[in-house]
Amino acid sequence: MYHLSNYLLEDVFMIHDMKPEDIIGAYKETTLDLYGSICRVVLYTDIETPYPDGKLIVSTTDTNGIITHVNQSFIEMSGYTETELINAPHSILRHPDMPSVAFKDLWDTVNRGEKWQGFVKNLRKDGGYYWVKATVIPNIRNGQVMGYTSVRRKPSRTKVEECSKLYATMH
Amino acid sequence: MPYQFTVSPDFTPDHLSGWYIFNTWLQKQTGDSFHLEMYDSFQAQREVIRQNKIDLIYANPFDAAMLVREKGFLPLVKAAGISDEAIIAVHNSSSISDVADLFPGIKVAVTEDPDVQMMGMIMMEAADLNAGNIQLNVYDSYVLVAKHLLQGNVDAGFFLAEAYNDLSNMVKKQLRTLICSQISVIHHSLMIGPRLAGRRDEIRGLLMAMNNDKKGNDILQSLRFQAWVDVDDDEMEFMIDLMDALAT
Repeated sequence: MYHLSNYLLEDVFMIHDMKPEDIIGAYKETTLDLYGSICRVVLYTDIETPYPDGKLIVSTTDTNGIITHVNQSFIEMSGYTETELINAPHSILRHPDMPSVAFKDLWDTVNRGEKWQGFVKNLRKDGGYYWVKATVIPNIRNGQVMGYTSVRRKPSRTKVEECSKLYATMH
Repeated sequence: MPYQFTVSPDFTPDHLSGWYIFNTWLQKQTGDSFHLEMYDSFQAQREVIRQNKIDLIYANPFDAAMLVREKGFLPLVKAAGISDEAIIAVHNSSSISDVADLFPGIKVAVTEDPDVQMMGMIMMEAADLNAGNIQLNVYDSYVLVAKHLLQGNVDAGFFLAEAYNDLSNMVKKQLRTLICSQISVIHHSLMIGPRLAGRRDEIRGLLMAMNNDKKGNDILQSLRFQAWVDVDDDEMEFMIDLMDALAT
């Protein structure tokens, strides 16, 4: 995703500021620096959506981190429609509590052709959040990385609590 | 020399005769000789795959990566509307009412079925359980998994959802489902090896038309399938990527 020019991200793959009318409950506001010069105003609440038992959230992106496929669980948990998600940057889910170094590690790892795994707090369209245990792997076809598949599963509460504390120290 | 056909050992015994009837139908339709060989274990089946002795296989999703990437197999079809899902069940009288109630040191009955083991372990992760802090007791069949649960020898059991549903009502009444996966995109596939690769479109066409006549339909029903649907290379690669991502 870092290879893509900011011009493209702004004009082709729209990532909008969050809107107060979409938010459920009392919210805070902050501005996330997503791609150096691209900022997004995000509105976020303290409302957690529990990860549904037995389900996997699955998505694929191209090599620039632009979403190309989402499953129904992704749609339900993110609160966005499929139309809003396809062609959007995956960072549409970026929560301000997530340290940017975690995503740098993710991209450094998959760009080496390796699997990345970590615990992630994702931001919903309605300002709420949900925790996942995420695994991202490069999709290698004929020796070339064609994109990435991300699979999320239910994290344990112990891990969520550990990561909440750890991430708060990494900003 | 006939083509060698085999079926993933995790099929339920009720389907055994169905696969032999299917093999007869396939020979008639293609005009070729196919020999159906069933194996008792995944290890035994993988050994003959390693020796390049298999031409057609109804494959477990866990083996699909090896078949495609190491042995040059190609996907043909999957059963319509059927995906592999796992169930974690306990004895009806168990005090465990949620996955979160499961605790380190518990005994879990499983079969060798690799994708069910994987899905079961993923669901256990939410309770901070992993292969290192639980005891997996491996049995030859899901009926034995149920038996050991009923006898109180284990605390929980992993089942292929289809196999759990096939248990008798009397057994199911004494068990309780804690959790059932809803993954939807992991499935068995009928796949062909390199010797049959040139006939992929022909065989796929025959299979996808199978539900159009009464005889074909009857055979599908004996396998408890409604129809075959196409699995293209992209769908197979997607499933392999998914299995890679989950296999940790």
